[in-house]
Amino acid sequence: MIIRVVLPTHLRTLARVGGEVKLDVEGPVTQGAVLDALEAAYPMLRGAIRDHATHVRRPFVRFFACELDLSHESPDTPLPAEVATGAEPFLVVGAIAGG
Amino acid sequence: MSGVRVLVGTRKGGFVLTSDGKRQRWDVSGPHFAGWEVYHLKGSPADPRRLYASQSSSWFGQQIQRSNDGGQTWEPVGNKFVYDGVPGTHQWYDGTPHPWEFARVWHLEPSLTEPDTVYAGVEDAALFRSADGGQTWQELPGLRGHGSGSTWQPGAGGMCLHTILLDPANPERMFIAISAAGVFRTDDAGRTWRPMNRGLRSEMLPNPTAEVGHCVHRIARHPSRPDVLFMQKHWDVMRSDDGGESWREISGNLPSDFGFPIDVHTHEPETIYVVPIKSDSEHYPPEGKLRVYRSRTGGHEWEALTKGLPQRDCYVNVLRDGMAVDALDPCGVYFGTTGGQVYASADAGDSWAPIVRDLPSVVAIEVQTLA
Repeated sequence: MIIRVVLPTHLRTLARVGGEVKLDVEGPVTQGAVLDALEAAYPMLRGAIRDHATHVRRPFVRFFACELDLSHESPDTPLPAEVATGAEPFLVVGAIAGG
Repeated sequence: MSGVRVLVGTRKGGFVLTSDGKRQRWDVSGPHFAGWEVYHLKGSPADPRRLYASQSSSWFGQQIQRSNDGGQTWEPVGNKFVYDGVPGTHQWYDGTPHPWEFARVWHLEPSLTEPDTVYAGVEDAALFRSADGGQTWQELPGLRGHGSGSTWQPGAGGMCLHTILLDPANPERMFIAISAAGVFRTDDAGRTWRPMNRGLRSEMLPNPTAEVGHCVHRIARHPSRPDVLFMQKHWDVMRSDDGGESWREISGNLPSDFGFPIDVHTHEPETIYVVPIKSDSEHYPPEGKLRVYRSRTGGHEWEALTKGLPQRDCYVNVLRDGMAVDALDPCGVYFGTTGGQVYASADAGDSWAPIVRDLPSVVAIEVQTLA
C-alpha cells in the first residue's frame, strides 16, 4: 500500500525531500508501521520524530490526518481508511511553539 | 597561501567564514542547517577538511552532521546517544533527584590524530566517543559513574559537559568540565576519572570548597604546557600549574571576574584572554563597554582591549564556546556575541573589526588555520 506522508520543513530539509514522501507499507497501516517505513527509507529521521529506543513521540511533534489529531492514538491503532488508501496524507507536524 | 576558516554556531544555523592569511576580507557561507540550533562545529586537527557539527532542535532533537570538504557539503551521521546502563539521577535545581535525560550535544572534540574519532560532551552531562566518523556513539561511563554523579546539578543553561581537552603529549590523559560539577581528569583514556577542583571556591554551594559542584564555565590550555590550565569559573578566573591538582585565583584587576570564555594565545603560553561580564544576574559587559581583557603574565595583571569594539550601549554576551584563536603570526583572536557579531583581531587583540554583524545569536566559534 502506498502511503503519503507530509513532513515539516526542517525534516524535509534533513531528509532531502521536496514535497510529499510516498512509502510502501506492508500489512496494517498504523502510525507505527508508517513511521517504521519512514525511518527505514530515511534513516536520518530516526530520533527526530520519536525516541530511538522507546518509540515515544517527541513532545513537540504532532500527527494529523483527515482533520483529526492522532498524536495521542496508540501506535498500533489503524490509521483512517483515507490514509491507508493514499487518498489523504499522514501529516507529521512541528507543534506551534514559537522559535 | 595560508588562510583561516572560522566555524560559527548560532541559534539558527551554522556559518563558515573564510579568509586568506591577511584576515582582512572574508567570505561568508551559510546558514547551514538553517533554523536549527548549532551548538558547536569543529574540524579535525588530523584532516582539516573533516568537520563535525552539532545540530539540535527542541522539536526534532539531535543531529550530528559531518563534512569531508571543509564545510561545503554535509551529511547527517549517527544521532543515537544512549547512556550506558541504568542512567540514574542527578540533582535538579531544587536539590531533588532528577533522571538523567539526553538533551543535546554541546561540544564536539575531534581526536588529534584520527579524523574518524571524535568525542561529544552532552547535556545531561556525559562523555561519548565515536570511532567511525560519528556513525555510532558509545558513552565513556566511568565519568558519570565516578560516584559523585548523583550530586551534580545543572547550571542555568542545563547540566552540560562543555569542555574537552585532549593532551597532545599523552593520549591517555583528558580533561573535561561540567556545569555545574567542575573539572575531571582521566589518565587512562576515559576509563576512570578524578575530580580536579581543589582550590575552587563557590559561594553558591553549601560547602564552598566542595570536591564537586562548581560551575566551571570553560577551561583552556596551551598545547606546549599540558599541566598549565586556565579557567573561567562562574565567578573567578583561575589557574592550575599542576595538571588540575590545585587551582589559584588570577582575577587580579579585572573589572569583573564573571564571564564565560577563556583562551590562550597560540604562540605565547602566558598570554590569555577573557571577556568580563557584569554578573551572574546581568549577562552583559560592565558599563556597556565590550572589552576583551588580555594578560601577558599568565593572570593577575590584565589590560583592556577596546580598539574597534563598541564602548557604549553594548549589552551582548559572549558564551563559553564563543572564543577561539588561530595559529598564524600574529595570532588571530575571534569571538562571537549573542547579538550576532563575530569580531576578529589579526594582531593578538590589539585591534578588532567585525567579520559579520548580524548573524543569529552566536553560541560557538572555532577556527581552523589552513596551510
